[in-house]
Amino acid sequence: MSSPPGEPRRIGYLYILPALLVYGAFLLYPLIRAVHLSLFEWDGITLGKFVGLSNYLDVVRDAGLRAAFGHALVLIVFYAVLPVLIGLALATVLQRARVRGLGFFRTIVFLPQVVAMVVVAVAWRHIYAPDGPLNAVLGGSRGWLGDYTFALPAVGVIGTWFETGLVTVLLLAGMARIPAERYEAARLDGAGPVAEFFAVVLPAVRGEIAVAVTLTVIAALRTFDLVYVTTSGGPGTSTSVPSYEVYHRAFELGQVGSAAAIGVCLTALIFLITLGVNRIADRGTA
Amino acid sequence: MKKTIIAAVALALTAAACAPGSDSPSGGASAPSTVQTDAAALGQVELTVWDQEVRGGQAAQMAAQIKGFEAKYPNIKIKRVSRSFDDLKTTLRLALSGNDAPDVVQANNGRSDMGEFVKAGQLVPLDKWAEAYKWGDRYPASVLQYSRYSADGKTFGEGNLYGLPQVGEVVGLYYNKTKVPVPPTDWTDFENAMTKARAGGDVPLQLGNLDKWPAIHVFGTIQDQFVPADQITKLAFGRPGASWKTPENLKAAETLVSWVNTGYFNTGFNGQGYDPAWQDFGKGKGTFLIAGTWLQADLQKALGDKVGFMLPPGAPAVTGGTGLPFAITNKAKNPDAAAAYINYITSPEAMKVLTSTGNLPIADTAAQQAPAGLAGDIFKSFGTAVGESKLVPYLDYATPTMYDTLGAALQDLLAKKATPQQFLDKLEADYTKFAGK
Repeated sequence: MSSPPGEPRRIGYLYILPALLVYGAFLLYPLIRAVHLSLFEWDGITLGKFVGLSNYLDVVRDAGLRAAFGHALVLIVFYAVLPVLIGLALATVLQRARVRGLGFFRTIVFLPQVVAMVVVAVAWRHIYAPDGPLNAVLGGSRGWLGDYTFALPAVGVIGTWFETGLVTVLLLAGMARIPAERYEAARLDGAGPVAEFFAVVLPAVRGEIAVAVTLTVIAALRTFDLVYVTTSGGPGTSTSVPSYEVYHRAFELGQVGSAAAIGVCLTALIFLITLGVNRIADRGTA
Repeated sequence: MKKTIIAAVALALTAAACAPGSDSPSGGASAPSTVQTDAAALGQVELTVWDQEVRGGQAAQMAAQIKGFEAKYPNIKIKRVSRSFDDLKTTLRLALSGNDAPDVVQANNGRSDMGEFVKAGQLVPLDKWAEAYKWGDRYPASVLQYSRYSADGKTFGEGNLYGLPQVGEVVGLYYNKTKVPVPPTDWTDFENAMTKARAGGDVPLQLGNLDKWPAIHVFGTIQDQFVPADQITKLAFGRPGASWKTPENLKAAETLVSWVNTGYFNTGFNGQGYDPAWQDFGKGKGTFLIAGTWLQADLQKALGDKVGFMLPPGAPAVTGGTGLPFAITNKAKNPDAAAAYINYITSPEAMKVLTSTGNLPIADTAAQQAPAGLAGDIFKSFGTAVGESKLVPYLDYATPTMYDTLGAALQDLLAKKATPQQFLDKLEADYTKFAGK
């Protein structure tokens, strides 16, 4: 009774202890353990050999791995950039048009997110097949997923289709919060739809765009299931991605240390990119 | 605060500073000096068995075998854990290093599975029991080699015996009987039949290579035609003393490319899935299909008596292998009982059960009451493959990385992104890196 509520300050740690324990056991410990494993050459069964940073050097030296990281960067265009552009356009139209049954369209656009990625991949594999619906429309029998030029974009387009719904719904929520007076003010100043978009809508949804970009970039960089089901990294190695390499090395080749090193690099890359995205977004609002 | 975090991280690192895997045994497990083959005299035993016989006929035969075994030896109880192939493959590693490991497991033959387990000393050599039970008389040497490793796990195809399979498989030629009433008798005949099919507007050879590995079987079939069997065996087991860069292998690669050029394959084959490809063949699209005996049930259902199976005509060797062999773990509490179980499920009576449940028994195949139709073709072909001709292993067994190297290299070759010479260079690099010069 003698001390004010919340004192001594250290008691605060007691309150977060349960959450911290769970976080530590399931996130921090595995992360530290992964960093630890990445310093060894280990097959998962027999005694590991300490090799220092050589697994990391291999990540940089290995041309195949560099290519895999390159493919992941290409996928960012399809997973993040395109969905944000398409999402902005779709959301603006849906918002402005005041269409009847907005909820229905919102559901339709969001639907891909609800379906499990493996199901999505199997369906698109069928669409891209040489005798599949896409070729039926275009007339031809190109094996899209087996084509050296088109396989990576073909996988990317699936990502665009998948992420656009999420981005659109996020942006719609952001736009719904814009007070009507702002549109009115812009119109009184003589702004057309385009000027209104850049002056009112875009600044208002900056935060939502940052969230959307963060989520989709992470999805792009850690793509695994889509590649695993559609192409297994083929044809040749033209659609290999880092996450696939992690799985492949750890569970198929028994190179656990090397897999851990790729995983750590990927984590660091995702961390840096999302940090950058949020910095840029914050600068605008602060 | 920052200091506390650093201290905590440092503490965690030191706590885990022992090298990973330091609690597992090292070196090969030693073979028992004496073995006991009278299972009834072993007292009360409970055997935990992990297998992957979960599909229709497989599950039926396994259940029947266990029932028979328990009736014959009431003192031994079987505790069966069955998982799908993929689940078994991913969980076995952990299970074997745990203290509560199963007694008998079905382990994939390849280097990344059985080879690794042998290296880690997790499997017991079966040679003493093989001698006592005379497994060598029942099983052809060409079949047993698939479960042989040196004690350090480095040499595949030679050395100790670590497992015994129940069923066999062989890669051959499915053909549509309405289009090929008389099956080709030699290689030229086969190529002529494909040319004729092409002229008639049909797909001569169905291939779905999106999954990367299917072309391995097509290339293997061509290679068996041109390259001596002992060389293929060495290359496929990843043993030193052979080379990919030979005129014969070049000829095989060039033949494959010429098949692409002549238009023997369906268009867009690199972008076609494996399943859709054989399903197309099942719908009557395509004249030939190079595939393994594992498609028997499905193709029989799709095409009925219109489909036949044959070994590639005129080949001195044929690609094939075994189902997953059953092995005994080093944690087995009663290895003699485990061996008795393996002996029972691979006995001549067991082979009869396998036949009656629609499986392809690996031993005494010719002695079985061969079924009619497609299954009959397959029984006959497999009998020939392990008898007169030579069974050569799958090429992707060679090194832990060969499955990917070969799969990707073949996609490159088929799409003409690589020349036959570059294709062989890639394989040679993978092979020599592993097997040495």
